[in-house]
Amino acid sequence: MNTPLLGAESVHWLIEISYFVTAFLFIMGLKRMSSPVTARSGIVWAGAGMLVATLFTFMYPGMGNYEWILPAIIVGTLLAWISGKRVAMTDMPQMIALYNGFGGGAAAAIAAVELYRGEAMSPTMGTLAVSGGLIGAVSFSGSLIAFGKLQGLVKKSWRFGGQQLLNIVILLAALVVGAFIASGWHHDPFHVSLFFVLALVFGVFMTLPIGGADMPVVISMYNAFTGLAVAFEGFVMQNAAMIIAGTVVGSAGTLLTQLMARAMNRSLGNVLFSGFGDTGGAAAAGGETKGSMKPIDAADVGVMMAFSQKVIVVPGYGMAVAQAQHKVWELCQLLIDRGVMVRFAIHPVAGRMPGHMNVLLAEAGVPYDLISDLDEINAEFETADVALIIGANDVVNPTARNDKSSPIYGMPILNADKAKNVIVIKRGQGTGFSGIENALFYLDNTRMLYGDGQAAASALIQAVKAV
Amino acid sequence: MTGIVALYIFMLAAFTGYEIIAKVPVILHTPLMSGSNFVHGIVLVGAMVALGNSHSTLEKVIGTIGVFMAAGNAAGGYVVTERMLEMFKASGAKSGKPKSGGH
Repeated sequence: MNTPLLGAESVHWLIEISYFVTAFLFIMGLKRMSSPVTARSGIVWAGAGMLVATLFTFMYPGMGNYEWILPAIIVGTLLAWISGKRVAMTDMPQMIALYNGFGGGAAAAIAAVELYRGEAMSPTMGTLAVSGGLIGAVSFSGSLIAFGKLQGLVKKSWRFGGQQLLNIVILLAALVVGAFIASGWHHDPFHVSLFFVLALVFGVFMTLPIGGADMPVVISMYNAFTGLAVAFEGFVMQNAAMIIAGTVVGSAGTLLTQLMARAMNRSLGNVLFSGFGDTGGAAAAGGETKGSMKPIDAADVGVMMAFSQKVIVVPGYGMAVAQAQHKVWELCQLLIDRGVMVRFAIHPVAGRMPGHMNVLLAEAGVPYDLISDLDEINAEFETADVALIIGANDVVNPTARNDKSSPIYGMPILNADKAKNVIVIKRGQGTGFSGIENALFYLDNTRMLYGDGQAAASALIQAVKAV
Repeated sequence: MTGIVALYIFMLAAFTGYEIIAKVPVILHTPLMSGSNFVHGIVLVGAMVALGNSHSTLEKVIGTIGVFMAAGNAAGGYVVTERMLEMFKASGAKSGKPKSGGH
């Protein structure tokens, strides 16, 4: 499909230049995405890069099969575009997992096409193709399981004795068969098929035992995996754009995974191999809690907040489940109009993945400069008149600070207990995600406002208006 | 592209990725993960070339699945990232009331 105006040489050169521009736009785009002020433009830059690379790739010399390529692009783009537009912000984590799995699957598909073609490869190229295929396939099937778990399609965590051993055996088998192929010794369709089946099964088995609460870390890890797989296949295809973009995502994703694991006070190994992080999985250990929970009326809370100087709101995922973020922001706007200083304190694991709560608050219209993370806000609780806890539990449990026997001991928490008054909006008297009793609820300065998050927030709005 | 040059690219890109993320605030972790998820959608160009040079039916079928998934990765990653980042506003800018995402 060469254009007659340009020789193959200059077409190749044009494509190389377009990939160079793409790599530049990707890196600049990611850089801009790391500040809230420029973030929006960052994704647009990166999007432009993607468009440039895709369009110029159509000029590739000697390419055919456009009757296959075009429909695949159009259908894939349309389906993803529509689903991406419609997904609720609360369901964002599993959507990212799904799209990421597609990327891993595409990298594995490239490896499969190259390996099934059966042309002799140098051992280096063979190793790269096989490695990218393995990582991509694991990322594909693993991400699909992660999607299924967060979407509620896969409910069981499916654990059994000797599971780790079985997983290691499957991985080793995949590596051995991969080595057969890469060395050229058994480079035939049967071994290639066997290799991909083993890799896909490994991804499924590795992800199944991991609990839903740990899934964000796993998704982030698979994101890094896909990046790496793309980079490896980039080496095989001699494609610099794929090498650069894949590697950048591979290393950035690895760092992001570590940051997330650290915010949850878990090591990555712990997440992958321990099987905690399952709803109701951990026993309600910990010492006896003293005192009782003291209820309060919305009207009293309204007065208290209206005459405060500083209110810190601590939202948790429960708020988003109740779709209460809009009401909470309405309440805060009323307080701000009265001259109250309002801040939102976000724990790194509030929401379902780090930063997810910020997205949900942003959706409700909360400006990002009112939102502070743990390190910024923790010293401020002492000067706050009211800490309003809505839908959060374990992340404000002082047990994590001082009870060594607690399963969450050592997890960084928001020091809401240091505020003069603590108001907890809660549906009932149950325990949190980890099943651990929350000592905060029993403190002398804590009052419980029972009710559904949205209803409680509406009641507070009326109460503040009535003041 | 010789092997050693490719290796240099690999090393420098790895450091670049690390440095870009190193200073990112927690509030942007989710959009950034989504954004980097979009960036590896560049696998689309590789999938296009692989499919474009396929001969057997098996290769064409796998290649088509690959292009389909890669396009999904790129398009989906872009849309969700853009949707999230579009909502981040400072207090100066008066934001409209976006409709709530139903569950």
